[in-house]
Amino acid sequence: MKFDTPATTNPIDQLKVVGKPTDRIDGPLKTTGMAPYAYEQHEAAPNAAYGYVVGATIAKGTIAALDLSKAESAPGVITIVTADTAGKLDKGNFNTAKLLGGPEIEHYHQAIALVVAETLEQARSAAGLIKVRYTKAKGAHDLEAIRTTATRHKDSKDSLVGDFAGAFSAAPVQLDVTYRTPDHAHAMMEPHASIASWEDDQLTLWTANQMIDWGRGDVAKTLGIPKDNVRLISPYIGGGFGGKLFVRADAILAALGSRQAKRPVKVALPRSFMFNNTPHRPATIQRIRIGASKDGKISAIGHENWSGDLAGGGPEDATQQTKFLYAGANRLITTRLAVLDLPEGNAMRAPGEAPGLMALEIAIDEMAEKLGLDPIKFRVINDTQVDPENPARPFSQRQLIKCLHTGADNFGWDKRGAPGKTRDGRWLTGMGVAAAFRNNLTMKSAARVKLDNKGVVTVETDMTDIGTGTYTIIAQTAAEMMGVGLDKVVVKLGDSSFPVSAGSGGQWGANSSTAGVYAACVKLREMIAKSQKFDPAKTTFADGKVTSGRKSIDLGKAAGASGMVAEDFIEFGDLGKTHQQSTFGAHFVEVGVNEVTAEIRIRRMLAVCAAGRILNPKSARSQVIGAMTMGAGAALMEDLVIDKRHGFFVNHDLAGYEVPVHADIPHQEVIFLDETDPMSSPMKAKGVGELGICGVGAAIANAVYNATAVRVRHYPITLDKLLKDMPQIA
Amino acid sequence: MASPIDISPNRRDLLITAGAAAALSSAATATTAQTADLSQPVISKISFSVNGADQALELDLRTTLLDALREHLHLTGTKKGCDHGQCGACTVMVNGKRINSCLSLAVMHDGDEITTIEGLGTPDKLHPMQAAFIKHDGYQCGYCTPGQICSAVAVLEEIKAGIPSHVSDDLTATPQVSAHEMRERMSGNICRCGAYSNIIDAMSEVAGATA
Amino acid sequence: MKSFTYERATSPAEAAAKAAKTPGARFIAGGTNLLDLMKLEIETPPHLIDVNGLGLDKIEATDDGGLRIGALVRNTDLAADDRVRRDYGVLSRALLAGASGQLRNKATTAGNLLQRTRCPYFYDTAQACNKRAPGSGCSAIGGFSRQHAVVGASTACIATHPSDMAVAMRVLDAQVETVKPDGKTRRIKIADFHKLPGTTPHIETALQTGEFITAVTLPKPIGGSHVYHKIRDRASYAFALVSVAAVIQPDGTGRVALGGVAHKPWRVEKAETDLPKGAKAVMAKLMADATPTPENEFKITLVERTLSAALMDARA
Repeated sequence: MKFDTPATTNPIDQLKVVGKPTDRIDGPLKTTGMAPYAYEQHEAAPNAAYGYVVGATIAKGTIAALDLSKAESAPGVITIVTADTAGKLDKGNFNTAKLLGGPEIEHYHQAIALVVAETLEQARSAAGLIKVRYTKAKGAHDLEAIRTTATRHKDSKDSLVGDFAGAFSAAPVQLDVTYRTPDHAHAMMEPHASIASWEDDQLTLWTANQMIDWGRGDVAKTLGIPKDNVRLISPYIGGGFGGKLFVRADAILAALGSRQAKRPVKVALPRSFMFNNTPHRPATIQRIRIGASKDGKISAIGHENWSGDLAGGGPEDATQQTKFLYAGANRLITTRLAVLDLPEGNAMRAPGEAPGLMALEIAIDEMAEKLGLDPIKFRVINDTQVDPENPARPFSQRQLIKCLHTGADNFGWDKRGAPGKTRDGRWLTGMGVAAAFRNNLTMKSAARVKLDNKGVVTVETDMTDIGTGTYTIIAQTAAEMMGVGLDKVVVKLGDSSFPVSAGSGGQWGANSSTAGVYAACVKLREMIAKSQKFDPAKTTFADGKVTSGRKSIDLGKAAGASGMVAEDFIEFGDLGKTHQQSTFGAHFVEVGVNEVTAEIRIRRMLAVCAAGRILNPKSARSQVIGAMTMGAGAALMEDLVIDKRHGFFVNHDLAGYEVPVHADIPHQEVIFLDETDPMSSPMKAKGVGELGICGVGAAIANAVYNATAVRVRHYPITLDKLLKDMPQIA
Repeated sequence: MASPIDISPNRRDLLITAGAAAALSSAATATTAQTADLSQPVISKISFSVNGADQALELDLRTTLLDALREHLHLTGTKKGCDHGQCGACTVMVNGKRINSCLSLAVMHDGDEITTIEGLGTPDKLHPMQAAFIKHDGYQCGYCTPGQICSAVAVLEEIKAGIPSHVSDDLTATPQVSAHEMRERMSGNICRCGAYSNIIDAMSEVAGATA
Repeated sequence: MKSFTYERATSPAEAAAKAAKTPGARFIAGGTNLLDLMKLEIETPPHLIDVNGLGLDKIEATDDGGLRIGALVRNTDLAADDRVRRDYGVLSRALLAGASGQLRNKATTAGNLLQRTRCPYFYDTAQACNKRAPGSGCSAIGGFSRQHAVVGASTACIATHPSDMAVAMRVLDAQVETVKPDGKTRRIKIADFHKLPGTTPHIETALQTGEFITAVTLPKPIGGSHVYHKIRDRASYAFALVSVAAVIQPDGTGRVALGGVAHKPWRVEKAETDLPKGAKAVMAKLMADATPTPENEFKITLVERTLSAALMDARA
């Protein structure tokens, strides 16, 4: 099914199942420990040997000598994989650095060997016996130092509209500030893990991966085998956030190890290894300039962004939202990329917008203050209903103002005081607001829907559920389309033997994958109707029956003894080009800052989101609060610290890389505005999983400013950055 | 500009002579001398009860309780998130107290009674805390969830037993069930998906029901 | 993790004797730090002596009105003990500020004292660290040092001691009771128990080879207002940037010790005479000869302000 005209009324609009807050159908398995993750396939892949990864301990250079002798003769060792034993390996389309290094080393903790042994204890111990001698090469590890060498990436487009320089210098009120965001780790709770098993030349990989088809292709490409010979299975994934978009070392090394050991091999990356071995969100430096009239109308907006990555990598484009969020006739928006010898940078939840809004939405707060305007009012003044670069192109939906106003009313924004003036005992309190913005992306997505003679509908698609609630919204979609209850729907995900889906990334998963299921269900409905000689256009599916006029038959009966199967996909036409499709929101945060110690604690959080139809308000709300939590981490503590001498992330464990804990997060509120977006898909939905992290960091930063009157422009906002400006103590 | 350096991945040669004061002992003069043959794994017989069933295993002494559960008993509900006591995904109850099973050797649990997530309830017969997590959507990816639920059950018991916490205003008073108390006590269980707010809702419901 | 042999000790003296017989042997109790380090091969003991069954898990009153805390008393049990909560609140508070509920259920009194530093360079075996590999250098100097020591550090090591409990014990003038391999016992003042790094940062305590901790004793209660303030980036489950343990008497006199600033719990008794004058007055002597790095010099300010908050609370 091609989606190239706006959606009209369709069976989803019945909202008998879709749109209802629904408990996750995978809940009973997940809460009882019965949902098997990638490393937990004792039944499917029995007798697996254990692989333990050895990583490089330099940032750049070559392996001069690799001595495996002691490890090879260690108890239980079956085989050792290195670049020498692996044969020729290609690099996946989605990888920047090789997944198995040697002799060239591209980053710290790049995998250089896999020790395969009978037990985990033996493999781990033998890995420690490998001796490596390196020839170290000088590298660039400090973005700040090489910022001037940065260039425009081939896929980056400068947005130059009007005369920015002239308009900015002529503007009566100006802001020119630079912000910094550090490198971030996904730090999902399930480490990257895989089990590989070969049967002749057929490879089966149970692996934690968000994008099954990309992964299948990259496994095949890396190993130099046909894609048809690779099967990926990933029914449960313990968090991804972008970190599992791509094939990683665990999968390739498990495959190589299994080939050498001639039996299944399981590999999980040790936690302390993940921070330098796997991708991270790159740090940014962002200069923002805003020029406005005295009444607050923006005449010039400039956003220049710098990030770094390994040669061949891509930028963290923190300017994406600035192209669309606010009006302004004169615009200068650029992103530049420097070559850095650090572990690979890549997508993490809302790449671009997440760090971009952390900067832009402080800048808006700062500018509002300069103008003497309430920051909500300043945003409203500069709202735009069209793409500012191309005014002929409207937004499909844009309820930013309503998000802001709804949030203000619910949060008690009118009680916000002047900076540094509100206190609760020893705590200075403050409120902050920020806009949330994330583009809506769509991806082709296929599904197969089966109906059996008992009226049970089974959906198969290689779509993944990374905690997003996919199992449930796909079940809701199928139930709605086929007129059955959720108890009559079975959903099977995460297997490359199923039709290729959109996968989980870029918050496109919910809308695209359910639209694919919708398409397959439309086809199945037609098949069923035709089998009964009903006119498909006049046939309804409800209460387990298919009905046309006065004729009605149970679905199971209609399916016939051997059942029916339909497969289709959704693909998207030009509606994303004719209309700018984005999701919007507003974050409201109240913090307390201890006036003596400068400790920062979040007291309240509210997000108001406008993101198309909300398919399952319960799991969608969870997506948003989860993203708010991750955004709180980015605002207040998360920081992959670079040792600029040696070129690696120093705090490479979960004690050193702090993410929020229970005690950091208050009760969180989420309001979804009523919205359907017929331009997005037949589901009229968009995504919320990334919208929730967009802007929340700046809302926290603005709240800290409102509490303390101290402006911090270098994330994370830790107490040491506030201390010197805090009130004097007795 | 290249400079050759010589580093083994974990500096084993240097480690052996480090001999710092650690664990409960100072062995400041430790050297490489060894009295036992450690070229082969040392195997030990261990028996304990897991979820009410007696288990007898022969394990490499280095096996943690976590790996014994996951890799030997195939009870994979208990998760390995960090293997270093920094996340809480491996939380189980031993003789009624919650611990990180990753930081405990299996051999040190001879005769112990261990309860894992599988022992709390099953999909057909959920523990009230499991049911509350589903109702309040107190999980997303599900990987930290077994640990969260084991901790949640134990936390309510700890409050009931009068154990104070960092946020208890009065050390000598009996601690009360409150969101503030539960958040502090649950902080050893990290949820990167960020289900914290819902987890506290789930716990509050269970605490209210059992109070 | 290297292979090791394992046995269960039957008495403290026997445990000490056994430890002396096997070079590199370690006692294991809670194991929450030792196993962490063994997995990374920072610790590679050839032999483990399990001391859990020695009955050292009791808290008893001493003849002089104090408390004797068995070496194997778990952190949770110590923090929850009614006598500790009533008479040694600073200790209970410090324990509860540390680690997580799960870890406190396992971690022991002696093991907590013997925790090793959380310096990330100590934890990364590819990096130079004089504590882990004497003579290899200190990567933290000139590296990421935000968490590191600001007082008592040396050019060989700027690591901090991570314990909260030990800071409270320092302010309470605790003593560490031990038994040596020859069966002789001794008491070590907590002030003398932990060492500054100097040129031998791998020697962290006063314990001799095989010497085994049996208990920690607290003198009789000193009254006063007990406060433990721990400052960290996240609200829980994190090591201290700075912590302040204080016992303040109604007349304003008192004691104070610091965590997160040095290789040992930091207390300067002569600074305490200035306590009645407030935090600022104490600072000169308390933090004399501080040698912060640019990344951690904020700790000096933070100590003063946290102490100030502690004094306010003590007087409230």
